[in-house]
Amino acid sequence: MLPEDLRERAVAVAVAEFDADAVVGGVYALGELTLEIATAKIVSVCGFLKYDQKFVRLSTVTAVDRYPSEPRFEVVYHLHSIERNERVRLKCRVRGEDPVIESVTSVWRGADWYEREVFDLFGIRFMNHPDLRRILLPDDWEGSPLRKDAPVTGSRV
Amino acid sequence: MDEPTAPGAVLTPADEEQQPAGGVRRMVLNMGPQHPSTHGVLRLLIELDGETVVSCRPDIGYLHTGIEKEFEVKTYQQAVTLTDRVDYLAPLSNNLCYCLAVEKLLGLEIPPQAQWMRVMLTELTRLNSHLVWLGTHAIDIGAMSVFLYCFREREEILRIFEMFSGQRMMTSYFRIGGLALEPPRGWHQRIKKFADIFPSRVDEYEELLTNNRIWIGRTRGVGFISIEDMLDLGVTGPMLRGAGMKIDTRKDAPYSSYEKFNFEVPTRTENDVYARYQVRVEEMRQSIGIVKQALEGMPPGPWKADAPHVVLPDREKMKTQMEALIYHFKIVTEGFRVPAGEVFQVIESPRGELGYYVVSDGTTLPYRVHMRTPSFGNLQATGKMVEGSLIADVIASLGSMDFVLGDTDR
Repeated sequence: MLPEDLRERAVAVAVAEFDADAVVGGVYALGELTLEIATAKIVSVCGFLKYDQKFVRLSTVTAVDRYPSEPRFEVVYHLHSIERNERVRLKCRVRGEDPVIESVTSVWRGADWYEREVFDLFGIRFMNHPDLRRILLPDDWEGSPLRKDAPVTGSRV
Repeated sequence: MDEPTAPGAVLTPADEEQQPAGGVRRMVLNMGPQHPSTHGVLRLLIELDGETVVSCRPDIGYLHTGIEKEFEVKTYQQAVTLTDRVDYLAPLSNNLCYCLAVEKLLGLEIPPQAQWMRVMLTELTRLNSHLVWLGTHAIDIGAMSVFLYCFREREEILRIFEMFSGQRMMTSYFRIGGLALEPPRGWHQRIKKFADIFPSRVDEYEELLTNNRIWIGRTRGVGFISIEDMLDLGVTGPMLRGAGMKIDTRKDAPYSSYEKFNFEVPTRTENDVYARYQVRVEEMRQSIGIVKQALEGMPPGPWKADAPHVVLPDREKMKTQMEALIYHFKIVTEGFRVPAGEVFQVIESPRGELGYYVVSDGTTLPYRVHMRTPSFGNLQATGKMVEGSLIADVIASLGSMDFVLGDTDR
């Protein structure tokens, strides 16, 4: 359901019209539009936004750990439309015990490294990603440092 | 194919079988992580067929320092010093982007003088970064002398930074709420002198390169990558402008009163290494134009915001007024609270689109800070760009991307 205050936002309305079940929430604050997308629908919504709504650029993919609340992770996508000179933020909630979400590399090839980074630092797995391995940390590293329950200091001798 | 692990990796037996008998044999070349033309620690795995690149896979992460994690245990103001270390060739651009993001969350109004100072110094940072790029790019391709010319001017820019902040590189001169210190006495003269002489210095670089036949031979028609591929892979900045796309955050979504400045966004359509060189050289001329406008029109007034709960009070007030002392104590011991919310602030760094995603949960420490760095996006296109080209052109193509590995790995 589209929240009341987003009825004036063309992008939000378009997404809600495209798939009424896809938008589970959203907010417009500080001049930035955030849409909360049902986790299972992320690829189709991204495809719609890219090809129909001219959001040709995927600026970045990242995640936020809301530990200890559940669903624990928010996977955050920042999209940019050059033609409309507009940005939109998509958010998907992912549960903590088996964090997995569909990859958007089929929509933007550039999502490749960003998703690998999220996999590397948060331990969220991306289904159908062509090459899901660690990118910044060494291959034999254990744990996911950007999770809130990972220590900031401490050695791993 | 399994990833070769050792430097100078050999092909696996399965690969050996696929080799054409008696024909040209493919080999995997390991370039880096310690290689002078990778500008930092980047490793490239290049598969070669004779002299032609079949595939190229960048391997990053050698400079990963966990800065994003570090943000979560610093107060908002302390964290400014971390942003310098992300992109060490453009520290002030990172300062600015982070400060703008937090100021947006706080709803702070920044006085005009501070905004103009920020614009002026960020443009000097752009010059600084472009000068290092030009010098090292030229040295990679074989033009040794340009480096010395570029570093002569860069030295003066670093001295100006030192004059402002006491630091040459990691300046942390922008703070949430304005500037760190009052602009020093005599800054106007110093920068004016530099701004007057700089355009003639750009002419000197151009004299060395623009019509140089070797330079043209090494750069023209090299490093082509289509606009569609670039947009798809997340490339931004001068690379896109070299392909004819007029895209610049300073124009599209002005920040820090860039809308009051008069400048052009240079573009070229050739979409090769030479075009990117022309774009960056023209950007240097535009930047010095912005610096001059800032010098002429610098508005008077305070250099930090009127927000006692965020900005440290003047030394004098702190010693004479009880209230100022309390604020000082509160800010220094626990920092200031930032309203819960999230912001994605984007600016145009010398390398392209730089974005800070700051999430606040209402406490004095950032809940999460993510940096969308231009080098990370640009580097992703390396494979696409150099595939099918000659091994010697890889160096020129890489140089034209102008990445910084600290920026990539964070």
